[in-house]
Amino acid sequence: MGIHRGHNARPLEWLAEKGILVVSLTAIVMVFLIFAFVTREALPLLLGQMNSAARQAVIPVADLDKIPPEKLRAYLELTPEQFKAMDRDTKELLMQTKVDAAKEAPEDKDAGVNTTEWRYLLLPHQWTGYDRPSYIWQPVSTIKKYNLVPLIVGSIKATFVALLFAVPLALAAAIYVSQLSRPQYKEIIKPAIELLSGIPSVVVGFFALIVMATVLQKIFGYESRLNAFVAGIALGFAIIPVVFSIAEDSLTSVPRSFTQAALALGASRWQAAWQVVLPAALPGVFAAVVLGFGRAMGETMIVLLASGNASIMSWNLFDSTRTITATIAAEMGEVVAGGDHYRILFLIGAMLFVVTFFSNMAAVLVMDRLKKRLEGKT
Amino acid sequence: MSTPATTHFRAKEFRLGSFLFTGLTGAATFLILAILVVILTDVVIHGLPNLSWRFVSTIPKKDIFDPATTGILPMIVGTTIRVLLMTIFVLPVGVITAVYLTEYAPNTALLTRIIRAAVNNLAGVPSVVFGLFGLGFFINFVGKNLDAILHNGSQAWGQPSLIWASLTLAVMTLPVVIVATEESLKAVPPGLREASLALGATKLKTIVKIVLPQALPGILTGGILSISRAAGEVAPILFTGVAYYMSTLPTHLTDQFMDLGYDVFVLSTQSPNIDKTQPILYATVLVLLILTFALNIVAILIRSNMRRKMRLLQ
Amino acid sequence: MTQLMPEISLPKIVPAEARTGVPAGSQALISIENLSLYYGASKALKNISLTLGERVVTAFIGPSGCGKSTLLRCLNRMNDLIDNVRIEGAVKIGGHDIYDSAVDVIELRKRVGMVFQKSNPFPKSIFENVAYGLRLHGLKDQGSLAAAVEESLRGAALWDEVKDRLHASALGLSGGQQQRLCIARAIAIKPEIILMDEPASALDPIATARVEELILELKENFTIVIVTHNMQQAARISDFTAFFYIGELVEFDATAKVFTNPAKKQTEDYVTGRFG
Repeated sequence: MGIHRGHNARPLEWLAEKGILVVSLTAIVMVFLIFAFVTREALPLLLGQMNSAARQAVIPVADLDKIPPEKLRAYLELTPEQFKAMDRDTKELLMQTKVDAAKEAPEDKDAGVNTTEWRYLLLPHQWTGYDRPSYIWQPVSTIKKYNLVPLIVGSIKATFVALLFAVPLALAAAIYVSQLSRPQYKEIIKPAIELLSGIPSVVVGFFALIVMATVLQKIFGYESRLNAFVAGIALGFAIIPVVFSIAEDSLTSVPRSFTQAALALGASRWQAAWQVVLPAALPGVFAAVVLGFGRAMGETMIVLLASGNASIMSWNLFDSTRTITATIAAEMGEVVAGGDHYRILFLIGAMLFVVTFFSNMAAVLVMDRLKKRLEGKT
Repeated sequence: MSTPATTHFRAKEFRLGSFLFTGLTGAATFLILAILVVILTDVVIHGLPNLSWRFVSTIPKKDIFDPATTGILPMIVGTTIRVLLMTIFVLPVGVITAVYLTEYAPNTALLTRIIRAAVNNLAGVPSVVFGLFGLGFFINFVGKNLDAILHNGSQAWGQPSLIWASLTLAVMTLPVVIVATEESLKAVPPGLREASLALGATKLKTIVKIVLPQALPGILTGGILSISRAAGEVAPILFTGVAYYMSTLPTHLTDQFMDLGYDVFVLSTQSPNIDKTQPILYATVLVLLILTFALNIVAILIRSNMRRKMRLLQ
Repeated sequence: MTQLMPEISLPKIVPAEARTGVPAGSQALISIENLSLYYGASKALKNISLTLGERVVTAFIGPSGCGKSTLLRCLNRMNDLIDNVRIEGAVKIGGHDIYDSAVDVIELRKRVGMVFQKSNPFPKSIFENVAYGLRLHGLKDQGSLAAAVEESLRGAALWDEVKDRLHASALGLSGGQQQRLCIARAIAIKPEIILMDEPASALDPIATARVEELILELKENFTIVIVTHNMQQAARISDFTAFFYIGELVEFDATAKVFTNPAKKQTEDYVTGRFG
């Protein structure tokens, strides 16, 4: 029988403690709400209820009274309040507009295609005017093309460059600061790198756009001034502090006794670091990389400014690129609320959330196991 | 008497591996710091000459791209207000959650681990997803329903505005406050709590009268760091309230607002004449950096001062 | 001038029975009845029974890990703060079992005070440290507070040293002064019983002697239970001594008897330094 303090003599205290518990649930509630409400906007698309075909089935005006009101509302693309407020004549007018519009529908084999179906989102398709099946993201067009692959590839390219650039640098610096340098330096270097993380990402993007892009183009001589490579390097600036601080923490939390044992056997400082400490801290280093990956995938302003924003499908690092995040940021301002473009943007936002959620979980689980292992519990 | 072969314990050969390794890692560290210095220097060199009191205190009439007439007062005000509003929401929730995690939650309980996992996850959510959340939840759900309940016909709450942007930012920076507060709560010596409880104080009173006052510097650090982070974020406010141009300063919770970071973005990408606009772009970036850095440095100073005092106390 | 190593002197009290710490003609105040304590699955206290009398000093002695501090903390239910602790048996103070579910722990701790091994004054002024407990229990009037603070500081033999700097930070005091401040803080709310967990172990010999002097003075008004690993200290200041070994009560008797003529061989081995 545990002895607990919840005693009736102090109801105010008990109430306050329950209140504290309730408020602490906010974090959990928020994570759910984020997932729920982002997915909510994408739900009609996920459930296949949206139809983005350029040429839609037309209901003759004479059938106004025959079709169920809910179906008529969806057909006329009105919100429930608008539909209720509208009188019969206006509805008739709208139906006539639709009939007229149908006459002007493009004579295109793809005009009847619902481009929000999953096969068009993910698989290549031979659109009219293209000589072979391609992945096209072109939401502003008579035939709206919503293929997600160019965006996914764009995010992957930029993240790949970022990790390639940032991880070796951050890891090397972490080893240096944690194991090799004099302890006094640590007091200056750590806050300095933290200061780097204090630079807003829009400023890093601005710097990449105005300064770095030109410099890098001169050095490497590629065609597009703004591309995945430039954006990736800039992304690297942003994730170096993240990878550094977690890797450095992991290296430092390896008990000094390991290092001292190695040194007492005659190893040099770097041998001890490389052969004893780093392997022991490897899970933490791995977690740092995973968190860096998540951060790079989710970064918006840098890629918006520095990647060129051409949504073409290409694995070439030096081509102008569009990422998932940049797409959401750039296009959300111009979509019709509730329309298919709007919902697709929420869809890719939800996908991004899921990816970073799982990569975060993986990193945390790995870190927990590292902590337990160093404390001798596994 | 023979002398032993080696009495000096000096390295016979120059250890190449050691030198290379230390050199490379040191160079990497230096490179990272160099990046920081280069960015800062570039901004200061190009921004400082264009910074003027007039620039900082003027509301632009129409064209934000014209160096002669534009100013960034509305952006500074917008950024400041949204960040202060955010603090009102995030500090209480963050501190209370940290108090629960440190003082009440049994470490092995499932609920505790779920809360910690949730905090960790919040920290990893991309900023643009927060923007979508603000749009999908605060504006389209809370705001629209608020309008419906208030029945006043206006759509004031179902629109992007200061209040929704600030709340979105509060959710985003919650982990920052929680982590900083937890760190400072854990640093309060357990002996102080025991002394208070042994005198017959309730747990709550002990926390309020003894623990929290001791932890105040850490809480302050968390608040300042969250402000610094939120001041620089643009993606979360893109759909939740920032405006391209407003002729007046925001006065109501339902107003939209201009913003320094967003201004940097707009000036960088939508300027009709980039050469003409570049000076004001740099000046704006400089102001934004001064703001976030000043906050960051204050937080770092408070934190290192606090850590030094803790070491003295032990 | 206090001698640093006073001789062991015989107590003036003759106990009524060997197994109780209650002097003849006096009442039992604390009655521990078949108390066992578990940390999770491991049994830290094994079926302890003893009675302690009013206004005496009882010492708990024994080697590290024998459970003396754990038992002490049972008396004001400070063990409640630890996860996974389970109690069997009863602890009765003034006849009432303090582990009964109707007991308000806050009230209990008002009446059973505690002084810790490592002095833990609040990072406040000297005055505020002593006033903290008083304010907790409702005393608000400035005049009464000041009078009560002075009384406590005098009672802890600290008044003369700090009366001119009551509003200076308590952390500026020396180790010995801080511990006497903690004692003043504890006696300010006038508990009946004061529990002391190795109160002088972190102090130098001179400060230790002052604290021991203080304990002998406090005995007139308070019942004191003191845990100590310093046997000479137990011999110097306590009336009754309980010797514990790995969670069990081995012997409990008048201090003089325990140290000069112990009934058990184990006790004799410990007090003569053969182990511990």
